[in-house]
Amino acid sequence: MLLIECPYCGTRDESEFTYGGEAHIVRPLDPDALNDVEWADYLFFRKNSKGILQEQWNHSAGCRRWFCAERDTVTYKFKSFYKVGERPVEDEA
Amino acid sequence: MSRLERGGRIDRGQQISFTFDSKQYHAFQGDTIASALLANGVRLIGRSWKYHRPRGIIGDGAEEPNGLFQVEQGARTIPNVRATQAQVYDGMVLRSTNAWPSVQFDIMSVFGLFSRFLPAGFYYKTFMWPAKFWMGYEHIIRKASGLGASPKELDPDHYEKTNAHCDVLVVGSGASGLMAALAAGKAGARVILADEQEEFGGRLLSSRARINGMSSTQWLQQMRAQLSELQDVQLLPRSTVFGYHDGNFLTIAQRLHDHLPLAQRKGAREKLWRVRAKQVVLATGAHERPIIFGNNDRPGVMLASAVSSYVNRYGVKLADRAVVFTNNDSAYQAAIDLADAGTLVTLVDSRVDSRVDSSHDTASDDARAKAAGVKIMHGCAVVNVIGKAQILAAEIQKISADGKSISGVVQRIDCDLLATSGGWNPAIHLFSQSGGKAIWNDDKACFETGKAVQEQFSVGAANASFALQDCLRQGLDAGQRAAAASGHQPVDLDLPTLEKPESTELTPLWRVPNMGKPGHGPKAFVDPQNDVGVSDIFLAAREGFESIEHVKRYTALGFGTDQGKMGNISGMAILSEALGNKISDTGTTTFRPNYTPVTFGAIAGPEIGSTLSDPARKTAMHTWHQEHGALFEDVGQWKRPWYFPKAGETLQQAVDRECLATRASVGIMDASTLGKIEVVGNDASEFLNRLYTNAWSKLGIDCARYGFMLGEDGMVMDDGVTIRFAEDRYFMHTTTGGAASVMSWMELWLQTEWPELDVYLTSVTDHWATAAVVGPNSRKVVSAVVDGIDFDKDAFPFMTSRAGTLLGVPVRVNRISFSGELSYEVNIDANYGRFMWEQLMAAGADYDITPYGTETMHVLRAEKGYVIVGQDTDGSVTPHDLGMSWAVSKTKDFLGRRSLLREDCVRDNRKQFVGLLTQDPAEVLQEGAQIVNHASDDIPLPMIGHVTSSYHSACVGRSIALALLKNGHQRFGETVQVTTPDGRFVSAEISSTVFIDPNGERQNV
Amino acid sequence: MSKYSIFSLARNAMSHHDNWERAWRSPTPQKSYDAIIVGGGGHGLATAYYMAKEHGMRNIAVLEKGWIGGGNTGRNTTIVRSNYLWDEAAFLYEKSMKLWEGLSQDLNYNVMFSQRGVYNLGHTLQDMRDIQRRVNANRLNGVDGEVVDAKELAKRIPYLNCSPDSRYPILGASFQARGGTARHDAVAWGFARGADSYGVDIIQNCEVTGIRREDGAVLGVETSQGYIESKKVGVVTAGSSSVLASMAGLRLPLESHPLQAFVSEPIKPVLDTVVMSNAVHGYISQSDKGDLVIGAGIDSYNGYGQRGSFTTIEHTMTAIMELFPVFSRVRMNRQWGGIVDTCPDACPIISKTPIKGLYFNCGWGTGGFKATPGSGWVFAHTVANDEPHELNAAFALDRFISGALIDEHGAAGVAH
Repeated sequence: MLLIECPYCGTRDESEFTYGGEAHIVRPLDPDALNDVEWADYLFFRKNSKGILQEQWNHSAGCRRWFCAERDTVTYKFKSFYKVGERPVEDEA
Repeated sequence: MSRLERGGRIDRGQQISFTFDSKQYHAFQGDTIASALLANGVRLIGRSWKYHRPRGIIGDGAEEPNGLFQVEQGARTIPNVRATQAQVYDGMVLRSTNAWPSVQFDIMSVFGLFSRFLPAGFYYKTFMWPAKFWMGYEHIIRKASGLGASPKELDPDHYEKTNAHCDVLVVGSGASGLMAALAAGKAGARVILADEQEEFGGRLLSSRARINGMSSTQWLQQMRAQLSELQDVQLLPRSTVFGYHDGNFLTIAQRLHDHLPLAQRKGAREKLWRVRAKQVVLATGAHERPIIFGNNDRPGVMLASAVSSYVNRYGVKLADRAVVFTNNDSAYQAAIDLADAGTLVTLVDSRVDSRVDSSHDTASDDARAKAAGVKIMHGCAVVNVIGKAQILAAEIQKISADGKSISGVVQRIDCDLLATSGGWNPAIHLFSQSGGKAIWNDDKACFETGKAVQEQFSVGAANASFALQDCLRQGLDAGQRAAAASGHQPVDLDLPTLEKPESTELTPLWRVPNMGKPGHGPKAFVDPQNDVGVSDIFLAAREGFESIEHVKRYTALGFGTDQGKMGNISGMAILSEALGNKISDTGTTTFRPNYTPVTFGAIAGPEIGSTLSDPARKTAMHTWHQEHGALFEDVGQWKRPWYFPKAGETLQQAVDRECLATRASVGIMDASTLGKIEVVGNDASEFLNRLYTNAWSKLGIDCARYGFMLGEDGMVMDDGVTIRFAEDRYFMHTTTGGAASVMSWMELWLQTEWPELDVYLTSVTDHWATAAVVGPNSRKVVSAVVDGIDFDKDAFPFMTSRAGTLLGVPVRVNRISFSGELSYEVNIDANYGRFMWEQLMAAGADYDITPYGTETMHVLRAEKGYVIVGQDTDGSVTPHDLGMSWAVSKTKDFLGRRSLLREDCVRDNRKQFVGLLTQDPAEVLQEGAQIVNHASDDIPLPMIGHVTSSYHSACVGRSIALALLKNGHQRFGETVQVTTPDGRFVSAEISSTVFIDPNGERQNV
Repeated sequence: MSKYSIFSLARNAMSHHDNWERAWRSPTPQKSYDAIIVGGGGHGLATAYYMAKEHGMRNIAVLEKGWIGGGNTGRNTTIVRSNYLWDEAAFLYEKSMKLWEGLSQDLNYNVMFSQRGVYNLGHTLQDMRDIQRRVNANRLNGVDGEVVDAKELAKRIPYLNCSPDSRYPILGASFQARGGTARHDAVAWGFARGADSYGVDIIQNCEVTGIRREDGAVLGVETSQGYIESKKVGVVTAGSSSVLASMAGLRLPLESHPLQAFVSEPIKPVLDTVVMSNAVHGYISQSDKGDLVIGAGIDSYNGYGQRGSFTTIEHTMTAIMELFPVFSRVRMNRQWGGIVDTCPDACPIISKTPIKGLYFNCGWGTGGFKATPGSGWVFAHTVANDEPHELNAAFALDRFISGALIDEHGAAGVAH
């Protein structure tokens, strides 16, 4: 049972949220400039990372805001939460 | 009665009676089923799963594999109740499991005679010929399988759930758990202390240890008193923590009244606690494991700790003569307990007596046992027991120091009890569930907890620290640390003192070897419930099943209701022996929830038998519909009126009447369930341009337009009419079922992709009640009750909207149509919904206004060829397929547009939306019927489409249908064949989808 | 391979079962193979078996990271059916069904394929339209099927709650009599034993860590047991497919999700068929051992943890209680999770890839078990011939580019 921190409301149970899959998939500004392969890549092909995944969540039973998170898809532990349009804080490395 | 004169925690003042297999017995308040039966001298309590061998009680807790009973009868019956964990109450009715006609004489025990033909996995090797007989074989296997029986009647009980948050959840109330709870509680932490037993104390409830100079009973009393004084400490007995999930989320099953006589039961039967804990202390103790030897499953062979428990806690006189067989120090106490209770005890210790000074140390276990009159044999092992339904004697031989071989003469010792201890397995189940990895400790011969991966401490026996002094110390320490970690200042507490430290030394011995090879001697069981023997594990290894997971699955080891608490670790050790591996290399299986079985009802919660947790949504006019005989259809979460039959009418008759009345005069339908979303902001038009296939910028104020929404894959997702109320304000309709997902879809794009757009969304579905007044007389009806609107044909044209009032209440009237008729949708504050409806009904009385439901709505729209998304489309249909290219802009981008250009979306031969007219106008096609070019019996027969909607149309005077058909738009006038439910094909002509008023004149009057 | 039979069982009983052969060998990997199958689940082992049996290949290795059958093969709810809506899916699953029907005999291993029938319930009028559509399509495609109304269901399935008062009353069902269940572990073991008997090397505890390639063609795989050469590599790793794909620099249209299931304690026979309901997200059958075997819907988030959230279990349990309220006093014994690789159109990918000699068989989502033999059969053909069989031609990766999806989401009872 995930514990999710909505950047607007705070930490809540998973059951208040809806999952939105991989984050930072940008809709092409000019879809016509893409060939079918590139368009398919945008539509269907995903990183499906094993490990850290940047993903979208919606606080659907709360403020209804979309936001982003970094989560380890193996341990299910969240690394960070951030607003749409932001980027996760890089680890000091 | 086999009861000791005195002692135990049972209430001798309260005698109760119960029946087992129809025979009446007596017990005391405080007895478990197991202790009650033992106190009545009942040893044979069941039959095993595969061989139907006689079985008795082995343990005293969650590890018990044999003591499973069917409790009560009829609607209140419960299968597989574990005798060691269920309290006996007055009037309790017990039946044995897996034996017929009785446990004493069980027909199926013939399987035992053939046991050599039924080794592990025998069923994979046979029952294959002839192939068709398998279902017959299987039928017999199924009948022989299973333990108890499910109730066959509705459950009279109900179940509750509660959510809880705490600073520290302490699991287990033995010495370490109590110390942890007290330490955390005194520090001011919010504590939940949960324990599966009837009362707190854990193993101390059967201990004769002295703590702080008191008996353990007195010390427990003092601890409980202190804990109950702490306001923020919640005490949950009879509460099993059965699951440990991510985010320190744990689940507790609290049993509220199963321990009470039927007549005294009130309220919920069980309560599921869903707990988020900041810190968790796992003080879950350990399970003793047996040493495995020949015929070790005979009734009368028990775990040493269970023996202490029955003697000390329940005052049961277990035996006149007992053998205690051990490889460690802890079982000495059982020997002493038995001896003090008047049993003649021989203690067989597989270890050679190496303690030189043992005779000098009067406090040593050895010396104390001797003092109690126990005869001790060192370097010996029980190799076999004699007796079937009850043991009569133990056979003992010398065993080598490495435990690998036995030798010497067989010495037979008569006994009616054999207590055995092979050491202890820490109960690391919850730790493992939390994601932690267990580590094998060779010195202690057990798994111990590795690094905690959640906010969690494992303490005491659960942490492989079995001695009482360590349990107390670790509990205290963890309680303080957990309190500190959850933001509380720990307070100093004294560590309780013991008269003497406990010794837990052990030399591993998993099984007593035979004289010959494994599998040649008498059966020796590792997992008694599933009849898994030592030979089965060796066989599995021999056949190449080398992973412990394979062995478990091949032999069924650990798949019983004790989940391997009795046998898994021993099984793993024996597999290591068979493979010549180290135990640490053999590894272990992951422990999965549940710790012990949990009632389905408790997990489902309060909704059982009534409604799902999914609420039913009803419109403001729902009660009116009910009062007027409507039948309802589930659409999404909504209950929508389906049709309004008059007395004696069938569905078809009612729908015919409703359709005809509507097209002839006026009908009225509750359209409140359609999704309604307000789209407001300076960029509202731009937003709609991007969402919808068509363009919105030029739509006039108070004008309406129909639009499609596509997924990014280009397929139709939703449709509806949207009205522009102001330059920056739109009122969007969605389908009933799609409202929530469309709202989410819009929010997603607005927030994640186009945050620069100045647009606000509000779902107003529930704010408005909507009545669609439909038919040539609709203008008269609506204008009669709505003021402030000029209903003149030209002043209020089709596809426009006006604001007015209905007896002073503001309304929005939209002149839109889903039937092709003159039609007005009147929207009002939902609180006035029924009021509005009644006003419209009254105004329509002169015109015989006819309420209708979804079925008539479907027919009316099908007559006009209007699509229902989700019925006429299925996620593979584009607007072009529907023949609605006119609604798709060629000049702007919109979601899904690029996908429409893909190879598959522009190919010929796509399925397209057409009408079908059967050759026989009376034949109504089946919705979902498949369409072929030529009727044939050939299989496979290529299909070219299917019927999406089909009705008898009273207005057209014949059947009509809509279909998706390959290349349909090029095939008008051609004939195809359509399947029928009874296996025929009928001919139908491909037609336009519009069956009535092709020029759309009726709605423009 | 010594044959299993009642006679061999009796003969071995006389010698205390000391003389049974290994079901499969435990070889060390060779330097090179003609083909490597990555993934020792049912699908991978079946692929190797049919490559050997149908295509005469012998020099094959199956590489398994852990123990064979330990992934989704050993974690599913064992349901077998073939009543899919679209032609392409129906033909593929029906091929599988036909193989199931002779599998125990073909493998000389009793996989306990039990044709107890599968019901897919309908709770709304639209459910029933979809059911009718699917059953009609099944019939014309040679797949058995029947539409059953609620009254008949109540007669056929004791204790099923057919009351019109329930939240989503059962209106009817599709029924496939040839559907049923099989013993999942035995399927893996049977295929392993069969493949081994043709000389296939089954190598456990051998994790593939890299896919070596040159000029757009596969050369071999790096493993925890060293580098192994092969010009053909077939990847059948279910939930881990994306991980393997990334080793070859590929992305797939997949997302891996947790899928959970649970069983009750063993009880006497009370349910002799399989009941599934997509509307309420639950399905249930009773195993030969007596456990009620219950499956849940997938957890919404991506996850490789082989575990999901408790709420999913609660929802499923509520659904099952809605269908069978009399089971509420029965107890749940054990729950577990697997990793399912879901595709946008709920159909698998059985395909060549842009890299020569590299093939993927994945995307089975929640319903792969039933396809085990058929999946292996067509994938064997694909790897052996470097060309898909006509049964799996439509399941190529390029359908996501052309848009020719086989959308089983829309109308079919797609889950499981």
